Amino acid sequence: MKIELRNIEFAYDKNPVLRNITGVIDPGEFVALVGPNGSGKSTLIKCINGILRIQKGEVLLDGKNLKSYGTNRLSQKMAYVPQTEQKAVPMNVFDAVLIGRKPYIRWKPTKQDLEITAGILEKLNLAPVAMKDVTKLSGGQQQRVFIARALAQQPEVLLLDEPTANLDLKHQVDVLKLLGSLTRQGITVIMAMHDINLAAMYSKKVMMMKEGRLFASGGNEIFTADNVEKLYDVNVETIHKNGTVYIVPDRTQSI
Amino acid sequence: MNTSDLLQDYTRYTRRRILFILLVLLGIVFVGMYAMVVGAAGISPGDIIRVFTGRGDPVSEQIILNIRLPRVLAALLAGLALSASGAVMQSLLRNPLASPFTLGISGAAAFGASFAIVFFGSAGIAFMPWLNEQYIVMFSAFAWSMVSTGFILAIARYRGATPEVMILAGIAIGSLFGAGVSALQYVATDVELAAIVFWMFGDLGRAAWNDVLILSVILFPLLIYFSLKAWSYKALQSGDEFARSLGVNAFRVRLTGMLAASLATAVVVSFYGIIAFVGLVVPHIVRRFIGGDDSFLIPASALFGAVFLLLSDTVARTLFSPVILPVGILTSFIGAPLFLFLLLKGMGRGYWS
Repeated sequence: MKIELRNIEFAYDKNPVLRNITGVIDPGEFVALVGPNGSGKSTLIKCINGILRIQKGEVLLDGKNLKSYGTNRLSQKMAYVPQTEQKAVPMNVFDAVLIGRKPYIRWKPTKQDLEITAGILEKLNLAPVAMKDVTKLSGGQQQRVFIARALAQQPEVLLLDEPTANLDLKHQVDVLKLLGSLTRQGITVIMAMHDINLAAMYSKKVMMMKEGRLFASGGNEIFTADNVEKLYDVNVETIHKNGTVYIVPDRTQSI
Repeated sequence: MNTSDLLQDYTRYTRRRILFILLVLLGIVFVGMYAMVVGAAGISPGDIIRVFTGRGDPVSEQIILNIRLPRVLAALLAGLALSASGAVMQSLLRNPLASPFTLGISGAAAFGASFAIVFFGSAGIAFMPWLNEQYIVMFSAFAWSMVSTGFILAIARYRGATPEVMILAGIAIGSLFGAGVSALQYVATDVELAAIVFWMFGDLGRAAWNDVLILSVILFPLLIYFSLKAWSYKALQSGDEFARSLGVNAFRVRLTGMLAASLATAVVVSFYGIIAFVGLVVPHIVRRFIGGDDSFLIPASALFGAVFLLLSDTVARTLFSPVILPVGILTSFIGAPLFLFLLLKGMGRGYWS
């Protein structure tokens, strides 16, 4: 699904959060939204799938305005994995993932719904814990459950808000590899990220946001010391190794 | 482990939950029969069969058809309504402490009843239930419950229908009405005061065919509505924004769900007074058996609540026979320790751990 953002503006009450955002995201792209706290990353994600209503501009999905999709149809095309700050609800893992079938379920889940759910659990290595309570799982496994739940929607676009927050390094890498494999199956992945190194390593496209504006966007080549310094107001050094860029704060200089 | 094993496991899990529901249904049948038989007037199972086949003597017929049966049905319906509302409220508000009275209905209904007793001269209704005055009190209790609910939903509309707003508004409105009840009790005569106090004890002795019929007409559509909305409630439990991404209008679903649950509760409270703890404890008990999935939790809580309240009422009727306790006192007495027990045993599978 091709996503076009045209001059998007959004404000909470009177405070502008997104200003004139324009961009195109092609099907199967792996996009990282980076930028300081409060730069509008989460808000942009919520605007893309209509959780928040933009006040100006338009979001086009395959050339059609977001508003012309019914909420149920939209939820069959696009899934959202919220930031995991909220506590998981006590529920069996299978049931939790089955909730993702909601857009397709009228009264009770069909055999097909159950099969799709079981297939996803297996693909995400969640089969061994499928009958356990979600709240009893580790943070990494919980995040997998939430991604599985989103995949049960069979979306073309997956939106994630800080998918690696609160995870240890192994699970961060696990999640990013999983997302990468999804993009290879044609699913567009758009994630808000704080860790610019991991973003540079795994994503194929970067959108840098600052104060509600799109500061820069492009491939990983836009991770230059100059850009990152302007973005975060921190002096950094870049190290290039094996074709990947590493960004580290520069301790020797004080601001 | 492959997909078919996984499906088998899940099917087994679902069957276990359905089995639980069937067992509760069986429990309703047994407790129902027991409740028909025990009591001050000696009725044997044979009498019941004779009455239902039209061969009973007038006295047993009177007792069975006009006293025991409506009371049994009222207990089942009231338990059903309170427990289903409790399960729905806990889910909609994402809070294990939510109960049918979270929106302040108990306080508002008590105020409504006291208001009618004091201002419409219904003194002595507890002792001499004249039909008309009894209905004025019921109507007033119901009307004030809906006023309180409407007020809170209006606040939620204005301020955002978040669980926090609704719970806090409910506490505030509830205590405001509590103050109103105190004020009315202060100006009431001794007889009126007694009537107010008697009204506040939830008591199924007031059950009659009329209210059983009204209750069923109101409750069954609401139960069907809750079952239809179970998937939206489940989505809401994981957060409003997530629910929206699943195509669920969090605001509308929560507001209408709260309204429906409050309506069910208000009807029961207006007829029978305040029956505490059932709506809070029953969903937690059921959750321990079958987990927190609303598709099963809501119907199972409804049925379990029905048998729970019927059993409580039967015990309340027979414990100190021939003295009959109001069931509201008994549910408070067993409800509080039961709640503490569940808390110590790790209530609701991870809710508070």
